[in-house]
Amino acid sequence: MMQFIHKYGSPRYFYQWSAPWQFWLTVLSVILLAVGTYWGLVIAPPDYQMGDSYRILYIHAPSAWMSMFAYMVMAFSGIIALVWRIKVAEVVIGQCAIIGGSFTALALITGMLWGKPMWGAYWVWDARLTSELVLLFLYMGVLALYSAFEDPRTGAKAAAILSIVGVINIPIIHYSVEWWNTLHQGPTVTKLDKPSAHISMLIPLLIMFVGFKTYFFALLFARVRNGILFREKNASWVKEVLELKS
Amino acid sequence: MHLFLSVLNRDLMLAIRRRRELANPLVFFIIIVSLFPLGVSPDKELLREIAPGVIWVTALLAMLMSMDTMFRSDYDDGSLEQLLLLPGPKIFLIGAKITAHWLSIGLPLVILAPVMALLLYFPSHAIVTLMITLLISTPILSLLGAVGVALTLSLRSGGILSSLLILPFYIPVLIFSTMAINAAADNLPVSGYYSLLGAFLIISVLLIPFAVVAALRVSYN
Repeated sequence: MMQFIHKYGSPRYFYQWSAPWQFWLTVLSVILLAVGTYWGLVIAPPDYQMGDSYRILYIHAPSAWMSMFAYMVMAFSGIIALVWRIKVAEVVIGQCAIIGGSFTALALITGMLWGKPMWGAYWVWDARLTSELVLLFLYMGVLALYSAFEDPRTGAKAAAILSIVGVINIPIIHYSVEWWNTLHQGPTVTKLDKPSAHISMLIPLLIMFVGFKTYFFALLFARVRNGILFREKNASWVKEVLELKS
Repeated sequence: MHLFLSVLNRDLMLAIRRRRELANPLVFFIIIVSLFPLGVSPDKELLREIAPGVIWVTALLAMLMSMDTMFRSDYDDGSLEQLLLLPGPKIFLIGAKITAHWLSIGLPLVILAPVMALLLYFPSHAIVTLMITLLISTPILSLLGAVGVALTLSLRSGGILSSLLILPFYIPVLIFSTMAINAAADNLPVSGYYSLLGAFLIISVLLIPFAVVAALRVSYN
């Protein structure tokens, strides 16, 4: 087990084995996203209540889902970075924070655009929107801490601790926000969130979910490989790689 | 335990010697609360409505302002490093420093809050709830703040960054405390909120010192 982690986590070996993964994940995500988008925007029937405006769901729901998934990946690699001091895991934390924060922002923006025709306002202090906003704050905190140190390894360790503390806190924050909202506002809004979807709407949504997930990993591989090259720029193998490319 | 008591004793002594510095967050608290009637409106009903939120957010900010005193001066003069080199579990050392911070900032805030609540026409029967929520929650604020300060200790502009890191974690405390106070103002039962805040306090006391120790290790690299 330990050997396995050290072997696959060494920057040089990671750079080698991740190349085909990055390529095929990119291909897969492009196909899935294209199919899912076309199916969701054109083929799927309009909703009987919300008309065509529900179609933003096909972007909104997967990005909200990925925003949480990316945080879990970040915290998990934080544990790996702290316990086994794997350099690749340290790079993953920073890249996950950027990608996850972008997904969170995307979920918030699409949620606001969806909210305008549905609720009549861009922003409602709905429990889900609010906890997504808090998640964005957490990402910004991790990112700020990650880049605040001169030594990237120190920054990565500090960010790892923060993201682990955050993982324990996220459920607490989520439920407290949910409770705060339900007592203040009543359940007018939350019903909209889970329309028991028809199968013809569900299939493109599932395709988009898988597409977003492969896109996330493709992007993560690409960014981490790039980050490794940057961080190891003085190592001899990096120079060899770069000479081969140019 | 001996370590705990002697560090606590030392920190409290230092706090008393620097009492002017110590009063700053409290003065900040008073000034900010009294800005709200000026900025919003002196209307009695409105002030009563927003009082729990105003007092709580301001108390939170005052706690944040004072966080830097927890480790900063000890870090700058090197005594924190010496303390960390002592044998024995570091948890007691960290616990003592956080306790001293709470005793010197959190507790005075708890005592000061009712006075400010009266300025905002807060109903007197809910003031006990206000004090109890502050009493349970300010230690949580000190504990969480310690993580932020410990993480940013070696940075030059650590103060503002540590606030950014820690404020999202304060949200549950803020929500439950203000909900309890509002419930008390409406003569509703509040014991459920106390239990939740108490649970949060217990979890924080048990887990956060470990995170602080890890964060200090990172800061010392």
